[in-house]
Amino acid sequence: MFQLISYLKDYKKESIIGPLFKLLEACFELLVPLVMASVIDVGIKNRDIPYIMKMGGVLVAFGVLGMACSLTAQYFAAKAAAGFGTGLRYDMFSHIQSLSYAEIDKVGTSTLITRMTSDINQAQAGVNLVLRLFLRSPFIVVGAMLMSFTINVKLSLIFVVAVPLLAVIIYGIMMVSIPLYKKVQRGLDEVLMSTSENLAGIRVIRAFCTQKQEEKEFEEKSVFLLRIQMLVGRISALMNPLTYVVVNAAIIAIVWYGGLKVDGGEVTQGEVIALVNYMTQILLALVALANLIVSFTKAMASGNRIVEVFALKPGIVDADREEGETAGELREDVNPESYAVEMHKVEFTYGNTKEPMLSGITFQVKPGETVGIIGGTGAGKSTLIQLIGRFYDVSKGEVKVFGKNVKDYKISDLRQMIGLVPQKSVLFHGTIRKNLQFAKEGASDEEIHEALRIAQAEEIIAAKPEGLDTMVSEGGKNFSGGQRQRLTIARALVRKPKILILDDSSSALDFATDAKLRKALREHVKDTTVFIISQRASTLMHADCILVLDDGKIVGMGTHGELLKNCSVYQEICRSQMSNKEVEKHA
Amino acid sequence: MRKKDGVWKKVAGLIRPYGHYLFFSLLFAVVSVALTLYAPILVGNAVDEIIGKGNVDFVKILEILRKLAVVIIVTALAQWMMNLCNNTITFRVVRDVRVMAFAHLQKLPLQYVDSHPSGDTISRIITDVEQFSDGLLMGFSQLFTGVVTIVGTLVFMLSINVKISLVVILITPLSFFVAGFIAKRTYTMFHRQSQTRAEMTSLVNEMVGAQKVVQAFGYKERALKEFEEINERLKECSLKATFFSSITNPSTRFVNNLVYTGVGIMGALGAIRGAISVGQLSCFLTYANQYTKPFNEISGVVTELQNAAACAKRVFDYLDEETEEEDSVAALEIGKADGSLKLDKVSFSYQKDRKLLKNLNLSVKPGQRIAIVGPTGCGKTTLINLLMRFYDVDEGTIYMSGNSIMEIKRDSVRKNYGMVLQETWLKSGSIAQNIAYGKGDVTREQIVDAAKAAHAHSFIKRMEHGYDTLITEDGGNLSQGQKQLLCIARVMLKLPPMLILDEATSSIDTRTEIMIQQAFEKMMEGRTSFIVAHRLSTVRKADCILVMKDGNIIEQGTHEELLEKRGFYANLYESQFA
Repeated sequence: MFQLISYLKDYKKESIIGPLFKLLEACFELLVPLVMASVIDVGIKNRDIPYIMKMGGVLVAFGVLGMACSLTAQYFAAKAAAGFGTGLRYDMFSHIQSLSYAEIDKVGTSTLITRMTSDINQAQAGVNLVLRLFLRSPFIVVGAMLMSFTINVKLSLIFVVAVPLLAVIIYGIMMVSIPLYKKVQRGLDEVLMSTSENLAGIRVIRAFCTQKQEEKEFEEKSVFLLRIQMLVGRISALMNPLTYVVVNAAIIAIVWYGGLKVDGGEVTQGEVIALVNYMTQILLALVALANLIVSFTKAMASGNRIVEVFALKPGIVDADREEGETAGELREDVNPESYAVEMHKVEFTYGNTKEPMLSGITFQVKPGETVGIIGGTGAGKSTLIQLIGRFYDVSKGEVKVFGKNVKDYKISDLRQMIGLVPQKSVLFHGTIRKNLQFAKEGASDEEIHEALRIAQAEEIIAAKPEGLDTMVSEGGKNFSGGQRQRLTIARALVRKPKILILDDSSSALDFATDAKLRKALREHVKDTTVFIISQRASTLMHADCILVLDDGKIVGMGTHGELLKNCSVYQEICRSQMSNKEVEKHA
Repeated sequence: MRKKDGVWKKVAGLIRPYGHYLFFSLLFAVVSVALTLYAPILVGNAVDEIIGKGNVDFVKILEILRKLAVVIIVTALAQWMMNLCNNTITFRVVRDVRVMAFAHLQKLPLQYVDSHPSGDTISRIITDVEQFSDGLLMGFSQLFTGVVTIVGTLVFMLSINVKISLVVILITPLSFFVAGFIAKRTYTMFHRQSQTRAEMTSLVNEMVGAQKVVQAFGYKERALKEFEEINERLKECSLKATFFSSITNPSTRFVNNLVYTGVGIMGALGAIRGAISVGQLSCFLTYANQYTKPFNEISGVVTELQNAAACAKRVFDYLDEETEEEDSVAALEIGKADGSLKLDKVSFSYQKDRKLLKNLNLSVKPGQRIAIVGPTGCGKTTLINLLMRFYDVDEGTIYMSGNSIMEIKRDSVRKNYGMVLQETWLKSGSIAQNIAYGKGDVTREQIVDAAKAAHAHSFIKRMEHGYDTLITEDGGNLSQGQKQLLCIARVMLKLPPMLILDEATSSIDTRTEIMIQQAFEKMMEGRTSFIVAHRLSTVRKADCILVMKDGNIIEQGTHEELLEKRGFYANLYESQFA
């Protein structure tokens, strides 16, 4: 948690000046009752009108100075907080971008997004509050106590008793209620989840006629939330009345013992009034403090959530390199004669699962070859190809790209060679041009058009009056699934990758377009090594080599014809998709 | 539903059940405010008895202090009770509205849900409800105590001394004016800040949401650059917004100080003339401190109330959305259907001007297998929406077991279908609970049997906690194929007389699909089934294939018949092996 404070490092000056001026302002406020006391004891008693006017002037001057100090404090606090938020945000964004797939799978992107946005905003507001106000209230409390000492030591004992008592009350209530607030938050999360779950599954719920059951569950969750809220409410509602009682009991004591002292001539009437005023100031400061603690706990919770994100360590980092070794040099020792991709006895286990996802994977692919991958759910197809770009690290064995272990590459150089078309076609907000340049900064319109042509996506652009400048809305919602897939394929092609990976990326295309796409790929990207994952045997039939995966192992490897002869899993797949005649025709 | 009713009237309707709490809340507010104001007077009176050395009337002081002690205790109690009443009202109204909104969701026509982003509905049910009740009730109680405080203070002040009261009354509006002035200036700053924040959020959404793609293409550096640019702008806006908004407090405090000084001087001068006692002066000073506070608060409360009213309106707009027409009393409960279906001249459109289904006729005998194929947007999903009465037809009639489905209870229609949709939906809960979903009491044995039939048993068994494995939100710990298998197992357990499979197998790989098909094969025996699929291999075995295009059935027949026809279907089929 405290590591976040380091973001104030560049704002040391502001972080000190802010609270300092706030304290100065508090000093002026603390002097006011003393001035009033002398107005009463000197001015009124001696009927000294000029003195009263003079003291009035002093009070106004205090007001002006107080405001000036306060404004200065606000400015520096705001500056430090804004700087804090900006630095934190940048580092967090950068940190998230450096996380590997494994970490992101673990946390989930939606969590990362809320931490990146609302949690940082909360934390920033918290810093601002702390710098401005956190010292002020305790300072007023302590200051008022000290002032009471200057008036009369014996009477100040009342303060010495009352102030710790107040602290205990506030602290106690906070201690009890803060953990409960966390429970409230959890209850609220439950209610929220129920709602979003229901919206997503509304068809299923109606089809299964379970509306009543869902309503009942929701009501139970709401009632549970209500119960904790009421409990917390009852406890925190004690705060104001209790502090009020203590402060006023102290005032009674001040008046009574003050009366005794005045009677004995030790203290004046004005001073008694000043003491009462100090007590009132303490009450006001404490109320402010209590509100502050509530906001502060929220900021703390946000801070903790932020720290959790930073605690995620990127699992995959660049190999140690000699200083001065540049990307270009690294690329040169790529051996064009060697296999494009080579896996040797690869084993891979996800996170903390027991069973390996992939095991004993060994194969070699020559540059320019097309490799098809087919296999059952959870057979490990997507995982396999993600190992090529080192999106995950293997648990055993090695993966080589152009003769070099992927761990010895600079990650950005390795991925630079790869054009990946993910299963889920994601486009970004911006023009189509910007989306395609995503893979290659500054790609020319010719390059873009060529990629679109190969990806069978030219007609999409042709139909738009703005052409490449057509805006893509967030997530690419203004394009159909098939259009999005073709555009993501084009995006991968723009960078003219040495290795192209299509992860089941033609599933939303109709058969005719799919066939055209495969033909275009064969003709135009001859030098590129292509990996195609598909569930359609027809898509893979023409591949130079097909890998058949089953339960994380390669159970067949070869051409369509070879596999039909010797791989039972493959035969089963083909028979389910094509007629006998068709299977044989292509064998 | 009456749409015309004002927001406030509806709010009143929601609070009505808690009317007695509201009454007590107001009563306690008046008591606590009045006594809070009375306490300084008592203190002032006591101070007046402390004049100087040897001039202190302890008997009177004791009497006053006793009174004061009672006042304090009653005040504290009243404060506490008021808080409790307010909490009770707020939290209960929130609960009531949420439960109501949720129940409403179950009755809304699917058309509403399909055409409104779910995030919007969620924020209405969760955030808006909270904000409105919190803001409204807290705002209301603050406003009420504020007004009572102001009025009370005025009365007490005027009863002590008119001239000094005038000082307070004249200077205070200044703080109003200052606060208003600043608020107007800061509005633009806040607006700019929230705009920049929105810009940043959408960038973060994209770049973090699709982080895998960002990594794959090495876009990180450029993303960081884009981010930094917005971040720097945000820094500027947020500095300005924070600073200018925080000016309000010192400024009003300054006005407050002016009031205090004014009271001090006028009071002191009055005391010299004997128009006011020193104790009364001290009481005035306390008032001067308290008096401006409710004014400052009220300006905040007004914005809070406006905000709350806006939220309330969003909630009520949602609650006013028309629900599905209730089943009529005469609606039939048909029990298990025989599996026959007939569509007679059915027409339907989502939008009035674009007819989607036109004059559709279809007759299905019990146990027949109907495959629906055609390009995207041809009306396949629409047909299913109509069969299950998710939407109602515009014209024509659908007959189930010889009865028009409009005359059958909705639940009774839907219970006769087993549905596996393209988008898999699972509830958070255990795997066993999910398979048993929608069926009251089932034994573990039955669940396992259903899972076995759906070929889901082997993967479930391999999970650490087997059937008791908890499915996390959105089924994150399961693969798409596994989720689909669970959805199938869920239907397997119920085995209704009719089945609807909406591209259910499209995201399952072929091998698993073979196993599923075998299971389906068994399940479909003697059951009427509708299969929507892009994959021709899955529909080849159908008794009847409906080829749909632009909302019409353009071809109809078995696979062989359609191939012979050499029409649209034949074309579609050939293209698979181009």
